Amino acid sequence: MEFFKKQTNFPFMATRKVWYTLSAILMIGSVVSFATRGLNFGIDFTGGVSAHATFSQSANVDAVRAKLLQAAFKDPQVQNFGSSRDVAIRLPPDPTQNATAIRAKLEAVLQSVDKSAQVQQLDVVGPQVGSELKSSATLALVCTLLLIGLYIALRFHTWRLSLGAILAVIHDPILVLGIFSITQTPFDLAVVAAILAVIGYSLNDTVVVFDRIRERLETNRRLAPDVVLDQSINQTLSRTIMTKVVTSIVVVALLFLGGPVLRGFSEALMIGIIAGTYSSIYISSAIALDCGLTAEHVFPSEKKAALDHLP
Amino acid sequence: MLEYARWKYVLVAAVLFLALIFALPNVFGEDPALQVARKDRAPVAVDAAPTIEAYLKERGVAFEKSYLDSGRLMLRFPNVPEQLKARDAVNDHFKDQYVTALSFASRAPGMFRRMGLRPMRLGLDLRGGLYLLYQADVNGAVNQWLEGYAQDARRTLSTANIPYKDVSIATVASSDRPNAVRIVLPPEADVNAARTALTQALQGAQISTESLSTGSAIAATLTPAQIRERQDYAIEQVITVLRNRVNELGVSEPIVVRQGVDRINVQLPGVQNSAEVKDILGKVATLEFRLEDMTNSAFQAAASGHAPLGSKLYMHTRMGRPLLLKREIIATGDQLTNATSTQTQSGPAVAIKLDARAGEAMLKTTRANLKKRMAVVLIEKRRDTTTDVNGKKVSRDVTDEEVINDATIQGIFSNNFEITGLQAGEARELALLLRSGSLSTGIYPIEERAVGPSLGKDNIDKGVNALVIGMAGVFLFMAIYYRMFGLVADAVLLANVVLLAALLSMMGASLSLPGIAGIILTVGMAVDANVLIYERIREEIRKGVSPQAAIRAGFEKAFSAIADSNVTTLIAGLVLWVFGTGPIRGFAIVLTLGIATSLFTALMGSRALITLMYGGKRKLTHLSI
Repeated sequence: MEFFKKQTNFPFMATRKVWYTLSAILMIGSVVSFATRGLNFGIDFTGGVSAHATFSQSANVDAVRAKLLQAAFKDPQVQNFGSSRDVAIRLPPDPTQNATAIRAKLEAVLQSVDKSAQVQQLDVVGPQVGSELKSSATLALVCTLLLIGLYIALRFHTWRLSLGAILAVIHDPILVLGIFSITQTPFDLAVVAAILAVIGYSLNDTVVVFDRIRERLETNRRLAPDVVLDQSINQTLSRTIMTKVVTSIVVVALLFLGGPVLRGFSEALMIGIIAGTYSSIYISSAIALDCGLTAEHVFPSEKKAALDHLP
Repeated sequence: MLEYARWKYVLVAAVLFLALIFALPNVFGEDPALQVARKDRAPVAVDAAPTIEAYLKERGVAFEKSYLDSGRLMLRFPNVPEQLKARDAVNDHFKDQYVTALSFASRAPGMFRRMGLRPMRLGLDLRGGLYLLYQADVNGAVNQWLEGYAQDARRTLSTANIPYKDVSIATVASSDRPNAVRIVLPPEADVNAARTALTQALQGAQISTESLSTGSAIAATLTPAQIRERQDYAIEQVITVLRNRVNELGVSEPIVVRQGVDRINVQLPGVQNSAEVKDILGKVATLEFRLEDMTNSAFQAAASGHAPLGSKLYMHTRMGRPLLLKREIIATGDQLTNATSTQTQSGPAVAIKLDARAGEAMLKTTRANLKKRMAVVLIEKRRDTTTDVNGKKVSRDVTDEEVINDATIQGIFSNNFEITGLQAGEARELALLLRSGSLSTGIYPIEERAVGPSLGKDNIDKGVNALVIGMAGVFLFMAIYYRMFGLVADAVLLANVVLLAALLSMMGASLSLPGIAGIILTVGMAVDANVLIYERIREEIRKGVSPQAAIRAGFEKAFSAIADSNVTTLIAGLVLWVFGTGPIRGFAIVLTLGIATSLFTALMGSRALITLMYGGKRKLTHLSI
């Protein structure tokens, strides 16, 4: 089976201004929503209420979770605690209710599962994500971007491609954050992991296209850069789409079959995969082009080196 | 003809064989277990195990298996109640020698363990772990602040030339009007001037005055907001120190959160060394450097039980002799900027780096006291809980001061020096405790339990199910789209997953949801590498190149794209591994290892397999791609 029997020949670069505009709108929209609405942070980030309950017999953790969801407790986390009759429950904070009210409501729900269920203890808990996680994550991201920029500059001999890659890598997570902010999908630690994976995919795509650009530039030094870029993207298009389709199979399975806890995680991955494909074509390559990329930048020293060897 | 060097075939086969063996322990599952470790970090002696086992039998605790593992005794139980009974029994009877922690142990036969083969560890979200609840002594933190206020009050009154009789603090324990600094003034003092000066010096405190029969008294009471602020600060500091310690101990993805006003909840995944982790977490330890009192006889003081003025009597337990140390402290453990355990000619040591101020004090002292002796005192605070005659638990706070080393000052030094006289395990632990910051607020364990997975079994089953279905979809799709080559890619993908599982098991890293994101990314990258190669082969075939030349060109031309894209992602993975903490680090570990395995399987494994299939055929006219 083969989807791409013939070499495609889409004029990607010709329409780049349109896509710049679209990206700019998406970025501004994301940042504005992020700044005004913020993210719907999960219990990992906000902390909440932690309760211990004892049941008269082995507690069915999943049934308890289902009942809590029915009773409009958002995002409950239920786990066995010590013995099978003890259960620990974590709930997001609810500023409209005090601890006594939450306790009473919680106990009522639990007693619908097991008549003699009792809430032993109820405490307010702090966030699991400390400020040091935020600062270390920021430091890690900045270092990653700098090092990747450096690597690409070394391997491809030009900062123009580095800049394109870095902008594409920044573009994708911002878009994911923006969509999470607009839809107010719960944002937890798993989503952070998904965003990191998105960065990985985005980079991967970008570099594969760059590699082809380098190869084309080497053999066609006289061709106009935008033509070379179009050819490179078209030639890698079958690979780009194939890889995305295959990865999407796993992500779609997680999205529809993975249950509620994996929803945010797989949504972030899905958005990121689409955004990554788009950005590797229209952001990274197009930006390099508009920064004046030519064959001379990628293979600068050849002529000079040849001249140097002349006696 | 396609050729592939024989050693490469051998390498691929050997790696795969080893990977299968290392991944095998993951098949067996786990039992509830109890880890028993020695308090002093020395390995548990072989003959100690039968003593503990015999005691458990005597108490009627049924355990399935008991064995020594990396210097710890592991006891495996058929169920959780037995595990808890055993914990209580060991804690009651061997409290002074051993520490315990609830854990999980692999059901894999002992043979695997002896060969160092372990299953990979699952994180708190997927498997659960050890739940610890600590109570922080927030009143102690407030009292420390009051001490500071009292000192400020004394200084203020002295500089303002106002005489005072007494400045004391009223704590929750000592007074019915607590959280205040009480200043008693003689009759001749100007109360109003004192009040004005104190109001300015003790910002925010409520100042009240009262007349006494002999003069007057001023009370500076902390407002509830100030108390809360101080308590919050103390708890935040404790949490930071605990997080540092857990990270220093190399536990991946722990949870450390505040619970209620003065409690801290720590959750550790089923780590190998949770007994030690638990023991070290709550330690309040610091050092003091003092000069030895050389003018008086320590033996005389020990005999009379009285130390001369300005000195304090210590027992140097390691040397078995008494010691008189001057009360003045040259430097303390709070003033150091770094501490690392090292190995010196005279045994294990801790290399200390002091901050500028303490360095200066040390320089001055050593210069003035050459050839005299200096001692290092280790101070540990703990809460001792005993069961009294009525069966009630009684706890009291104990401060242990121990001289760990005293030596002649051989040369002048300032902020860089070493402390010797420690056991290897002790040096490591002390360096860690000093480095992770000292706990200025005492914390005491109040609860320990094993917790189930936070995601819930149902959700995990769903997730695993989805992952399996997704992977099956990928396999099917690859086989349909690339036919024979697709099947090769499938075999290679499978090998990749096995290799990754083997590496994770070997490293003992714990796998949690972020790690699974890493696996999905890795599978994506591995598929990508194969797709890059196959698309190149198809391109070459379209150009009319012969099948075998197309295969060779496909692998060679795809190489730079695969290498560059994987190296850039590898950079991201390594940086996140180094700088990240918690879940970010968990993701990064899997990603970094996964890139290595997918590069190996896609470039070497798949080439070996394809060469094996097509390399030998002389008249190959068609490729099943």
